[in-house]
Amino acid sequence: MTPPQTAPMTVRVAADSLALACGADAVAATFQRAGCEVQRVSSWGMHWLEPLVDIGGEGFGPVAPGDVAAILHGDKTLSIGKIEEHPFIARQMRLTFARAGKTRPLSLDDYGATGGWRGLQKARELAPETIVEQVTASGLRGRGGAGFPAGIKWKTVAAAPCTEKYIVCNADEGDSGTFADRMVMEGDPFQLIEGMAIAGLAVGAGKGFIYLRSEYPHAIKTMRAAIEASREIVAPFTLEVRVGAGAYVCGEETSLLNSLEGRRGEVRAKPPLPAIAGLFGLPTVVNNVLTLAAVPHIIADGPEKYANFGLGRSRGTMPVQLAGNIKYGGLFEAGFGMSLRELVEDIGGSTASGRPIKAVQVGGPLGAYIPLDQFDIQFDYETYAGAGALIGHGGIVVFDDTADMARLARFAMHFCAEESCGKCTPCRIGAVRGREIMDRIISGNGRPVDAVEGLPQMHNATTAGRSHVDEVALLTDLCDTMKYGSLCALGGFTPYPVMSALRFWPEDFGLTRELVEGASA
Amino acid sequence: MNEFSSHAACVAALVERHGARQDALLPLLHDLQAEVGFISEEAIRALAAALNLGRAEVQGVVSFYHDFRTQPESRPVIKLCRAEACQARGVEGLIAALPDDFTQRVALDSVYCLGLCSVGPNALVGGAVQAHLDAEKLQQLAGVKS
Ligand SMILES: Cc1cc2nc3c(=O)[nH]c(=O)nc-3n(C[C@H](O)[C@H](O)[C@H](O)COP(=O)(O)O)c2cc1C
Ligand code: SF4
Ligand code: FES
Repeated sequence: MTPPQTAPMTVRVAADSLALACGADAVAATFQRAGCEVQRVSSWGMHWLEPLVDIGGEGFGPVAPGDVAAILHGDKTLSIGKIEEHPFIARQMRLTFARAGKTRPLSLDDYGATGGWRGLQKARELAPETIVEQVTASGLRGRGGAGFPAGIKWKTVAAAPCTEKYIVCNADEGDSGTFADRMVMEGDPFQLIEGMAIAGLAVGAGKGFIYLRSEYPHAIKTMRAAIEASREIVAPFTLEVRVGAGAYVCGEETSLLNSLEGRRGEVRAKPPLPAIAGLFGLPTVVNNVLTLAAVPHIIADGPEKYANFGLGRSRGTMPVQLAGNIKYGGLFEAGFGMSLRELVEDIGGSTASGRPIKAVQVGGPLGAYIPLDQFDIQFDYETYAGAGALIGHGGIVVFDDTADMARLARFAMHFCAEESCGKCTPCRIGAVRGREIMDRIISGNGRPVDAVEGLPQMHNATTAGRSHVDEVALLTDLCDTMKYGSLCALGGFTPYPVMSALRFWPEDFGLTRELVEGASA
Repeated sequence: MNEFSSHAACVAALVERHGARQDALLPLLHDLQAEVGFISEEAIRALAAALNLGRAEVQGVVSFYHDFRTQPESRPVIKLCRAEACQARGVEGLIAALPDDFTQRVALDSVYCLGLCSVGPNALVGGAVQAHLDAEKLQQLAGVKS
């Protein structure tokens, strides 16, 4: 062992909520007590290593307070070598997350020294139309789920003949398996602020709102502090954080606007589009955090550089979020086009439990469950849509072979019933009925209904005499009604997780493949 | 309660801070709940009067959002994530392993995703996020086991 260092060394420890949840504060305090200078930075996104400690570029993780003395004495047990050279980082192409792990989130010095505000400065010298053109040329599509081209949306708002307009950042990030928005807001908040200020210049909006979910208390705090710190830099553009109140549907853009106005978060019928009549009835750009955070880079370095990543109509990079039962979970930013196998097996290292993978859900609670034999599917908007799946916000949730797909299908219905805004019948009533059908199918197989929610069981399939074939036919029919009769994707996409589970894992429902195919034909 | 003589007085003070427009309703409700712990009938009446809204309208907003309580809660509150990624990491098994009297002593709220989906099961306990939970750790955090 080498002798302890005499000069205090600088130690970097992440301060984002994931690192905190893993115990980063105690680790940072221990280094401090040992005489080190501790810098609290953003997270690299290698979540299985948090709390990850960065000493002169070398990484150690996951570190517990008890490991600190040994590390300071030169012990290399927890070393992962140079962080930048770690395969998980080296394989990425980081644009939105270029600063991850490197800067202090609320340091204006750090932000400025790493290219911050260059985009805004450039934008101030450009005509608004030129900014919109450059965003269009970059091929940037909305990262919130629907993948709508950002430039077209901006153009509509820019063309609206109103003096008052708004930029609304959708920071509701309700999908399970997603955390990239949170990482931007907690780790690099000025980037989002800069993107919103540029959007304001482009469309002629003087005020921006960040609608941030209440489940993210740390992001709320960081974002508010960052807005305060950069007030003069972005002026006359002003910004405000508004906190949601625990409703998933408020991520849907029109529901979000109602919520911002202090109403029930009910989905509005479109048209009018928010770009024409949005917040308080005025033209409004509603974009996701990642969409807006990509803008400073596009303006600073030119749209071509961004457009060079990706393929087809999916341009640029996508921050993929590897989650659930995965060995190397975290944030992986790369150009579109990687296969699911590469992402989950190669990069993610398969399951954390060490058991075989059973299913992967991509795109949040409304995304389809994908079985192993479809793992070569390429990650881009069109390919997924073609396969009856969606990439949504880029969250990938891995399940091992202990997952019960019937229970997960039931959960999807339950979630839809809980979170429905209530505006349309197929969603409001359909999801409740769907949950009941699922209970009957499941209990018909001899399994108890979900005891935690204590739902009364309507009746038992075997005693009530409805056959499994009939139940599956009924479920299929119901899913079709939800799909085609719902106003928004909450009701409209819930059939994807439900039907994919049923189709690929009929045995979990106590059914056979023939039966499912026969009943849903 | 707190420094305010009544929930209506608390509403009045908060309206002073946030303004009396309808778009202040969510911030008002959040602050109100932080101050007095829940949204009472009295507070709803006061809010409706201050914002020039119908009582049913305010009531409708309060009931729409999962965050708002209409009853006081004396037990410690744990917001446990029950969404898919935490399910994939065993949250339902964790709940099953809790002792029977746990939910009598602790208010276990379900939340759907805390954005820590690669290190679950996760919970928010008194504003602090906690990862890698098992039944043992959860009971310690809840203060029902040392
Ligand atoms: C039920 C539902 C929930 C949604 N949740 C979110 C969300 O949490 N974050 C988000 O950015 N978009 C969400 N969306 C998509 C938004 O409606 C909208 O497409 C997006 O904010 C537009 O921004 P973008 O073009 O930058 O993606 C959701 C949509 C639906 C139907
Ligand atoms: S599908 Fe559901 S959430 Fe969407 S508008 Fe209809 S009722 Fe509301
Ligand atoms: S699913 Fe539990 S934190 Fe995201």
